[in-house]
Amino acid sequence: MNRDLDFTVKIGNLTLKNPVILASGTAGYGFEISKFIDLSEIGAIVTKSISLKPRKGNPPQRIVETPSGMLNSIGLANIGLDLFISEKIPFLKSTGTTIICNIAASSVEEYKEVAKELDSEEAIAALEINVSCPNVKDGGLIFGNDINLVRKITEEVRCVTKKTIIIKLSPNVSKISDFALAAKEGGADAVSAINTLVGTTFDIWTRKPKINMVTGGLSGPAIRPVALAKVLEIRRNVEIDIIGIGGITEWKDGIEFMIAGANAFQIGTINFVNPKAAPEILTGLSDYCNKMKIKKVRELTGSYIL
Amino acid sequence: MIVSNPTINSLKKLKDSIYLLECVSPELAEISQPGQFFNIKINETLFPLLRRPFSICDIQGDSIFFMFEIHGEGTRQLAAKEKGETLDLIGPLGNGFELEGDYKTAVIIAGGIGTAPFPLLTKRLKGKKEILTFIGARDGNSVSTYGLENYSISTDDGSVGFHGTVLQNFVNSLPDIDKSRIKVFACGPNAMLRELQKMVNHYDLDCQISTECAMACGFGICQGCPVESHNGDKYLLVCSDGPVFNAREIKL
Repeated sequence: MNRDLDFTVKIGNLTLKNPVILASGTAGYGFEISKFIDLSEIGAIVTKSISLKPRKGNPPQRIVETPSGMLNSIGLANIGLDLFISEKIPFLKSTGTTIICNIAASSVEEYKEVAKELDSEEAIAALEINVSCPNVKDGGLIFGNDINLVRKITEEVRCVTKKTIIIKLSPNVSKISDFALAAKEGGADAVSAINTLVGTTFDIWTRKPKINMVTGGLSGPAIRPVALAKVLEIRRNVEIDIIGIGGITEWKDGIEFMIAGANAFQIGTINFVNPKAAPEILTGLSDYCNKMKIKKVRELTGSYIL
Repeated sequence: MIVSNPTINSLKKLKDSIYLLECVSPELAEISQPGQFFNIKINETLFPLLRRPFSICDIQGDSIFFMFEIHGEGTRQLAAKEKGETLDLIGPLGNGFELEGDYKTAVIIAGGIGTAPFPLLTKRLKGKKEILTFIGARDGNSVSTYGLENYSISTDDGSVGFHGTVLQNFVNSLPDIDKSRIKVFACGPNAMLRELQKMVNHYDLDCQISTECAMACGFGICQGCPVESHNGDKYLLVCSDGPVFNAREIKL
């Protein structure tokens, strides 16, 4: 690793030691993946979504492989806020990595309540708000598809915490940059883009969907060009920090996201296949910067030439 | 739980579409237990993207063996591997069979490619327990007896052995078995395991079942392989809570 290279990036007021972040739901609460990699070397880890109460999650089949990707419908299975604080934060803290807590909820009030509780947890550096959750009060419509609700959730969470707020945007909308702007106006420091794309697949012999909940979220390399276009759209239309996500499998992909406008990037699905992907990407990124005579990795952000 | 790249030493076709793959790794051969599995990346490309889980079939010296049936793109590509190529493995993963216990006879019940974990189990129990094996398959071309002993075969079409299911064959033999002195080890399709669970309750048997489920990571982070606990209050994970469970512990 090149010592002269400045690897740090900023997300709002938060400085990360490098731009490589483990995405929510692909690194659990750090324990399992820590058997493969040294988490202190990674920019940050985003926890599995935490809701106020534990959630059992969806019945199987929860995942199915698709060409260069996978569909998942886990149903936000998690241990709930109390157990997260008492059992998971101590371990995460011991790894020496920056912790970003992802919050899921079924009402605006729940987002606010979880954020408020987490505000007093010093170990948590930032909150990433998963707005791709069903709104129970509105028949299960997804919060993230309603621009006014995205603004409202951001405002409510902003009221109860001074921590860095990242809104994780859904790509299943007509114009994602409008949603990024709503998040900014609501007081968010950054957006992460993109969450999974809604998809499905059928078994042609039984004519049934291969995933129990009929549709699931598509992730993996299959969605990368879509994600890059969304990051670029936000960068060109809204002044806000962006964490790029979508199908990153190696160092070249991460650099592509930074060039398209991302300040940092998250790696997700690839953690399931190659749990050592994050440090490998860091090494590749360092070599690239050497070769390209780049002194500060953040110079890459939005460096596209159109 | 480690990532390793052992070399393939042999690949044999055992039956129509059943293969036995041998790779060399003294380290993995030493620590792997019957019922555990490895998650294998079939190639270096993004298709197939995910790893494929395979249970440990056998260990001989420094070699680990995997038995698999061609089912889709992943297993088709695996069957085309050649000696000298390397495999990309994560494992050993999960909890294997509990071999200890105050029983006299180990009764193995295997449906289809469910025979895969039992050669190693048989090896570990040989000389310590009596072994009685029931193998069930669609037809004679899909019966694998590799590494198994004292077996009775049944086929759905009656082409080999008993004409009927492996569980019918097992139940027919029950009058000759001292039910209080046996421990059942089973692996096979979920439909078979569900039927077996009913028998476990009916005959009050001590039984361990090895389950399978599509999964992404294999080590507990993707949450993609849930199996419901017996009282339905929570989901366990096939990869890290299993794949071997007490038959009374889960609802299939």
